[in-house]
Amino acid sequence: MQLKPDHATTSRAAAIRLEAVDKWFGTRDEPVHALDVTDLDVAEGEFVVLLGPSGCGKTTLLRMIGGLIAPSHGRLRVMDRDLWQGNARQSDAVADLGIVFQDANLFPWFTVEQNIALPLELKKVPKATRLARARELTRLVGIAGFEQRWPRELSGGMRQRAAIARALSYDPDILLMDEPFGALDAMTRDAMNIELQSLWMQTGKTVVLVTHSIPEAVFLADRIVLLSPRPGRIDSIFEVPFARPRVIDTQTSAEFQSIVSDLRHRLERIA
Amino acid sequence: MSGEDAMTQRASAPAGMPESSASRTSYLPWVTTPLLCLAILAVWSVYVRFSGISPFILPAPGAVLQAWVDLLHSSRAWSDVLATVTATLTGFVWAVAVGVGLGVPIARVRWLEQTFNPFIVASQVLPKVALVPLFVVWFGFGITSKVLIAAILAFFPILTNTVLGVKSIDQGHRDVMVSFNATRWQVFRCLELRSALPYIITGMEVGIVLALIGAIVSEYIGGDYGLGHLLISRMNAFETDGLFAVMIHMAILGFIFYFAISALRRVLTPWHGAGL
Repeated sequence: MQLKPDHATTSRAAAIRLEAVDKWFGTRDEPVHALDVTDLDVAEGEFVVLLGPSGCGKTTLLRMIGGLIAPSHGRLRVMDRDLWQGNARQSDAVADLGIVFQDANLFPWFTVEQNIALPLELKKVPKATRLARARELTRLVGIAGFEQRWPRELSGGMRQRAAIARALSYDPDILLMDEPFGALDAMTRDAMNIELQSLWMQTGKTVVLVTHSIPEAVFLADRIVLLSPRPGRIDSIFEVPFARPRVIDTQTSAEFQSIVSDLRHRLERIA
Repeated sequence: MSGEDAMTQRASAPAGMPESSASRTSYLPWVTTPLLCLAILAVWSVYVRFSGISPFILPAPGAVLQAWVDLLHSSRAWSDVLATVTATLTGFVWAVAVGVGLGVPIARVRWLEQTFNPFIVASQVLPKVALVPLFVVWFGFGITSKVLIAAILAFFPILTNTVLGVKSIDQGHRDVMVSFNATRWQVFRCLELRSALPYIITGMEVGIVLALIGAIVSEYIGGDYGLGHLLISRMNAFETDGLFAVMIHMAILGFIFYFAISALRRVLTPWHGAGL
């Protein structure tokens, strides 16, 4: 794969840095090695996709970066700050992370607007400010006019948009996404990917996204981190050279297809 | 948060949303219920008139109605209503406070649940009205034993529903709160309490009726006040029509309590589809 000059990782500071991080689950008698010793740097503003078969530890890796689970060993740094000190999650580092899950996980007892503004409410931002921010974000993610609705009144795609708006509400530098569109139908999914790209280009956030869809990974990523299972480990890293913004037709180009095919062959060998 | 918006949205919701077919048949009980009641009253009247049954066994509906109107005009009966209501509500409030207060930590902390579970099961199996004579021995014929029985009866459905509610909280929702750096108190206030509230209210719906039963049953043997006492005194006086009249009072109280909790559900959980 060729390097894309303006996204060369060495030219920018690391937003996320994993130093010899690994993860064991289970009991002392029957430990499961979920993720082997891993080093990885994600540059500021970069779009990195974690790709791999099930059981490869990609979600474990993302949840560790998100501070939802602690690594067993190693050091995890977010925007040059340690995410963990001993067993304590460092709140200033967590504040740089926004997470979007596979399920939107909106709270059904809050309206869409209240859901989006919830992180700000928890941070004691005044009500007028946080509601103004929520309205701004509903426009950004394309659900303006639905502020007062209950989450159950929204379609799956709209719920996921609201979840993205919620993760962006406190303006974190990094957006972590765990198969965010995995539960959506193919058409909606393509549309959401294009919008995610434009959102990323507008905001300049660092994005780490987990998927098991090869075309989705190639379409979105600056770099694809391919993971292999048992134990989960980084198999290889692919640079994706296409210019931005990528469009639907990018997916039909021969070069796109050849990258997809390379990845598919590699995946078959490691799965 | 306009409930009306939610309703119109629900009506136009696409297939797969549950509510749509319910509206077609929702008027039916408003027709059938009065008709059935009238039919029962008619059968009752005819039976009393032509069977020659003694009014001490089964009074005519008209006599029951008269006795009930008399109750409405009796200030003594109203003070009995007040006594029963006071005991029921006091016991119920205690049951909610203790049930929710114990339920949340029990649902959260494993060893607490394991410690308390045998006692919870044992005390659910015990017919708790068996405690009435004991409480009368301990606390006398006053309001204390009535409140205690009402509280104990109402306590268990509230406790078990609270535990169930807090345990049913979606792990994904918890992850979201972790990603927001929420404090324990914020998790309780914005997630656990809200998520468990429909369950707690279900427990309260069962609990309020049980509290009423508890108060009435303890009035059967304890004290000089309350609808339970009034009922027994009518029985002892062979005033069967009055006995029916007191039963009507009790039924009305039960309805009022139950619908009060249902109204509370609509106010507190307008987002929840399962409202009455």
